[in-house]
Amino acid sequence: MVEPDYLKFDTLSLHAGQEPDPTTGSRGVPIYQTTSYSFTDTDQAAGLFNLEQPGHIYSRISNPTVAVLEERIAALEGGVGAVCTASGMAAFHLACATIMSAGNHVVASRNIYGGSHNMLNLTMPRFGINTTFVDPRDLDAWSDAITPDTRVLFAETLGNPGIEVLDIPAVAEVAHQHGLPLMLDATFTTPYLMKPIDLGADIVMHSVTKFLGGHGIALGGVIVDGGRFDWAANDKFPTLSQPYDGYHGITFTEEYGHQALSMRARAEGLRDFGAAMSPTNAFHLLQGIETLPLRMQRHVENTAAVVDFLTDNEAVSWVSHPSVSSHPDHELAKQLLPKGAGAILSFGINGGREAGRRFIENVQLASHVANVGDAKTLVIHPASTTHQQLSADDLVAAGVGEDLIRLSVGLEDAGDIIFDLARALRASQKG
Amino acid sequence: MDLQCRSLDVKIATGGVALDRDARPVLLIHGAGMDRTVWNQQTRYLAHHGFAPIAVDLPGHGGSDGACHETIGSMAEWVNDFIDEIGMGPVRLVGHSMGCLIALEVASSFSPNVERIVLMGAAAAMPVHPDLLGAAQRNEILAPQLMTAWAHGSRAHIAGNPTPGLWMRSSCQALLERAGDGVIFNDLYACNAYDAGDVAARIECPVTVIVGSEDKMTPPKATAQLVAGFSEVELKHLDGIGHMMMLEAPNDIRKILLEALQ
Repeated sequence: MVEPDYLKFDTLSLHAGQEPDPTTGSRGVPIYQTTSYSFTDTDQAAGLFNLEQPGHIYSRISNPTVAVLEERIAALEGGVGAVCTASGMAAFHLACATIMSAGNHVVASRNIYGGSHNMLNLTMPRFGINTTFVDPRDLDAWSDAITPDTRVLFAETLGNPGIEVLDIPAVAEVAHQHGLPLMLDATFTTPYLMKPIDLGADIVMHSVTKFLGGHGIALGGVIVDGGRFDWAANDKFPTLSQPYDGYHGITFTEEYGHQALSMRARAEGLRDFGAAMSPTNAFHLLQGIETLPLRMQRHVENTAAVVDFLTDNEAVSWVSHPSVSSHPDHELAKQLLPKGAGAILSFGINGGREAGRRFIENVQLASHVANVGDAKTLVIHPASTTHQQLSADDLVAAGVGEDLIRLSVGLEDAGDIIFDLARALRASQKG
Repeated sequence: MDLQCRSLDVKIATGGVALDRDARPVLLIHGAGMDRTVWNQQTRYLAHHGFAPIAVDLPGHGGSDGACHETIGSMAEWVNDFIDEIGMGPVRLVGHSMGCLIALEVASSFSPNVERIVLMGAAAAMPVHPDLLGAAQRNEILAPQLMTAWAHGSRAHIAGNPTPGLWMRSSCQALLERAGDGVIFNDLYACNAYDAGDVAARIECPVTVIVGSEDKMTPPKATAQLVAGFSEVELKHLDGIGHMMMLEAPNDIRKILLEALQ
């Protein structure tokens, strides 16, 4: 039996979206640090503005350096297209604003990044979009929360900070049975560990700032359009399936079919909301993606070593990572994440909030920052930082206890990471 | 936009504008397992340059109702009826791959309805690899994968999409995955069974053929055999381009179309 001769993941990580620069021959991706682009003639200019022909007009809408990153991420995820944004939160907003309007409703996992929770719970209601939060492991809860106004189901591939593994095929089935798309934040897994579109997701978003970029030096976000969801199958998505006056009555599903979401998100979302990625950030993030497969392998290996260490440490009351056999999603992780369940873990420290504070203040190699997915090991106390906007009840619902420490395992020598953690854990118990 | 043919709804794309019945009509016919959206890099441009593009979903494809037609001849009869139904003939007929075979049959058998034809990814015979045919018959994802892998030139497997942010390979595969069960097999079987005979010699209207140097599905040699049969033909070569030329080289195709359709 013949096989498709597709280029493999590692090759696409290095090459997808880029050809040597046609003018200079530059092998590296050039930084097109420009706001605008000269038109060859008035016909071309009119054609670009009217979506008659592709090309660049103004870097808020598209930019050649950013386009390389977009095409590369779409290739790695197996999507039909991608739209990059200034940050992960901008990507989340762009996706929501592209498919929803006032009066619509979201069903979301309750175990998501605090910023995403905040946007859905507090900010979007001001614009008439409300959210019901559910236990991501409870399939009946997903289904029961859907109303006639629901337009999307949203979750993270790995929850934050409890590292719940989403049963993507099952939740996607619930969504599709109701004629709805499933949108996933896949920041923690990256397409190296998991391809959500292959598992049934319809929209994938990332904070590219994290593992994809990997170096903690540039902000960025992206939405990836899976291209399999039929936006015209019902009347729930008029922004895509009805004429749009913003381009003289074009109907995106009729003209672009399976690329409708990508096209509308750029043509309206970047044009009107303007949360564009800078070309220099795109360049930095591309350097990270070139080594994504190598880095993720090392992240997973180091995480395994750290999990082993923490599991046996007397100062640690519990360790939450899907690789641990006691984790509720251990078997699911083996099925959906055979290369590893990522490099974010959480653990409980004996002594609660005060011990947690002493731990954070005594790490020397690990950095105390509000970030994850850096090449360097990072630690944080979510209850007092990333999730501080949540009420006490929401904290409990999200599984964020006062003793919880979140660890993003980096690429340092595993022995050095463990030495640092051991020293800080000892200090934490000397209250 | 929906039109009607044989009392069934037919989905068409017109470039996002109302169908201009006073403009020069261009009927664009997609290939096996695909739909109207493969022409999205051309339709809107044509619509704003004096033409009335009608990218049609064949019955059973995309948003059109009805069952797939099982032979190229039957598809051609339907296209001819559709031209009659819209009342805008004679039309300029543009075909891709299987759409070329349909265009050849319409132009040769129903010549009053066709002013000229433009063929992309054309050959007198389109034999289909038995593994692909088998996978399509079993509705396996391997069929869209193989078609996607073979349908693009080497450049398109890495980069080169002029539309910012779009990834050509997955776009093609996703489009094929959306085809209903049996649709890809139906179309591939029809292509495989088609015998062009002397169809080229029977065509009297002007013909333009566009060939991609890296087309693996209708290789340049196979296209040349078809071209040899026309009494009058204009041949356009695209270097480094594969079978999905209207998406791989949309700017070149637009230029050629604008010239050929005048």
